[in-house]
Amino acid sequence: MQNKRTVFVCQGTGCLSTGSGAVYEALKAEVAKLGLTDVEVDFTGCHGFCEQGGIVAVEPEGIFYTHVTIDDVPEIVGSHLKGGNPVERLFYRDPATGRAVPRYHEINFYKKQQRVILRNCGRINPEKIDQYISKGGYRALKKALLEMTPEQVIEEVKRSGLRGRGGAGFPTGRKWEFSRNAQADRKYVICNADEGDPGAFMDRSVLEADPHAVIEGLITAGYATGANAGYIYVRAEYPLAVKRIRIALEHARERGFLGRDILGSGFDFEVYIKEGAGAFVCGEETALIASIEGRRGMPRPRPPYPAQSGLQGKPTTINNVKTLASVPPIIEQGADWFSTIGTPKSKGTTVLALSGKILNSGLVEVPMGTPLSTIIFDIGGGIPGGKRLKAVQTGGPSGGCIPAKIPDTPVDYETLTMVGSIMGSGGMVVMDEDTCMVEVARYFLSFTQAESCGKCAPCRLGTRQMLEILARITQGKAQESDLDTLFTIAKTVKECSLCGLGQTCPNPVLSTLRYFKSEYEAHINKKRCPANQCRFLRRKTGKKT
Amino acid sequence: MDKPPCDERIDMQRIESIVEECKGQKWALIPVVQKIQNEFGYIPPAAIPVVAKGLRLFPSQVQGVISFYAQFYTKPRGRQIIRVCRGTACHVRGAEALLELLEERLQIQEGETTPDMEYTLETVACIGVCALAPNLVLNDQVHGQMDAEKVQQLLKKGEA
Repeated sequence: MQNKRTVFVCQGTGCLSTGSGAVYEALKAEVAKLGLTDVEVDFTGCHGFCEQGGIVAVEPEGIFYTHVTIDDVPEIVGSHLKGGNPVERLFYRDPATGRAVPRYHEINFYKKQQRVILRNCGRINPEKIDQYISKGGYRALKKALLEMTPEQVIEEVKRSGLRGRGGAGFPTGRKWEFSRNAQADRKYVICNADEGDPGAFMDRSVLEADPHAVIEGLITAGYATGANAGYIYVRAEYPLAVKRIRIALEHARERGFLGRDILGSGFDFEVYIKEGAGAFVCGEETALIASIEGRRGMPRPRPPYPAQSGLQGKPTTINNVKTLASVPPIIEQGADWFSTIGTPKSKGTTVLALSGKILNSGLVEVPMGTPLSTIIFDIGGGIPGGKRLKAVQTGGPSGGCIPAKIPDTPVDYETLTMVGSIMGSGGMVVMDEDTCMVEVARYFLSFTQAESCGKCAPCRLGTRQMLEILARITQGKAQESDLDTLFTIAKTVKECSLCGLGQTCPNPVLSTLRYFKSEYEAHINKKRCPANQCRFLRRKTGKKT
Repeated sequence: MDKPPCDERIDMQRIESIVEECKGQKWALIPVVQKIQNEFGYIPPAAIPVVAKGLRLFPSQVQGVISFYAQFYTKPRGRQIIRVCRGTACHVRGAEALLELLEERLQIQEGETTPDMEYTLETVACIGVCALAPNLVLNDQVHGQMDAEKVQQLLKKGEA
């Protein structure tokens, strides 16, 4: 008899949109019909390779099927699960060689990654706490609560060098320490899951695929800072993530990981979900707090920082989803292990959402400091259609465009800032020669202009002015002097705005002006869009769009 | 300002009972308004004074929160909601053309509802399914890798 096998059907938002819900049901029915008692059909969250959806994996063999539809189910069950012959036509095909790759671990996209934050994504059923526990889940929490003092937990996180994965990269251990040292009768911790950056979807994937990892991190943060209540502030645009967190919280409560006297340690902790209502600026911590309190989500000047005065005026620690998901492995395997990954100043791994003009779109987790070219060509498989790489946009609307001429740029906090972009949330959109850089800047500005909360003048007025100039340029109605005005406004907005949204929103403009000024000039002087993308300046080539 | 129009189809009692559950809790404003919208499809203007009174807020504070967040609507919307994703990946892969196509096909602009109240066309900043760009969301269901043909099929299915 063969050993028991499990068929995992991906039920992340991406795969579900390809009909993987029906595939899951059909597989269960087909397996039952043929009476295969040694096969279990289960589901997982996002594998991070949504472009290949619907994804079906057969474990422990590690066979990886792509683009599975309901019509493929009888063949998978009959030929593979019953007959022992895997279905070759559903294997992943390497875009460079065209060769079929049967196993998960042999696919370049996965082979070259190092998954710490995404450790369980696509490997466990996110709605079953036992599967999380069987992968070592909640061991770190036990260790922290029963063997370590809060100060020791903070010390371990500090030594690990973990920095906030939300974008700014503030050292997590120090953030916790501020809150720990603040004197108050009540403290809070908040998980920031308001992933608003267009082009970033890692927080969604982690919450959908491994919600317990985030919850375990949040409880640990509560213990370390002395908070007894935690909030998860999640975007309303992610209904599946909300559902999975809700289930996970219930299970954690049943097992005694939440509630009173957790694991007999005397520590009480409760977690509440707050759904956002569609405002990008609520990713900013003071705006997020205002939103939880039921007010308009507008930022306020800092200091005082939330660590001194946050929710209800009490000390509050706010951490990103990925930061919290990094905490359990640090506690369990130790700071020494974690700090061997990455660069001297940026420790650990980073999760990037690779998308745009790239063959392998998906979630990529690599050690900090990995060169851009490794990510784009080795993992991402390069640019489709034989086109040339033009630029890589990192950090969403707060980030900038890195030109193809510096492809060896290591991806870490310091280097990205140096080249005029930011790490940000980890969105990485690849652009080829058909992408107009002025239009990209205009696009981001139209986003930040619409999302500017209007509280401070530089951001409210500056984004509008920049957007108008950029629109004029893309329409071929601008003058040369507009470029200087654009630059001056961008600098002013960057320096004078109240919050992170305003301070970073000129980055797409400044970085494209820095690296692609000739494209701006072509629009203005020659009334020509070099990428032939801008609608008003399009050359008549007879090509239908 | 005009008095909020009184629409008799709106079950004011239901609104009052939603508010009642969270009486006096200022923090509950957003969840309360979300709940009303989930049930009615939008926030009837007549609900605003009721919510304000129940949570001990000024009507202007309630109105302020509703107008601040993109997710809240004060006008009835269509039976089917189409939201075109405008995230970066979708933008790079032709979201603009997708929106134009839908505007042409439905004869409405972004943010509008067809006169027969069947479709409302909206955009969304990013739904996080960037790997399948360009995307649209039809009644909370994500449809990836859209093209003209798929749009045609989707709309046809909706009419059947």
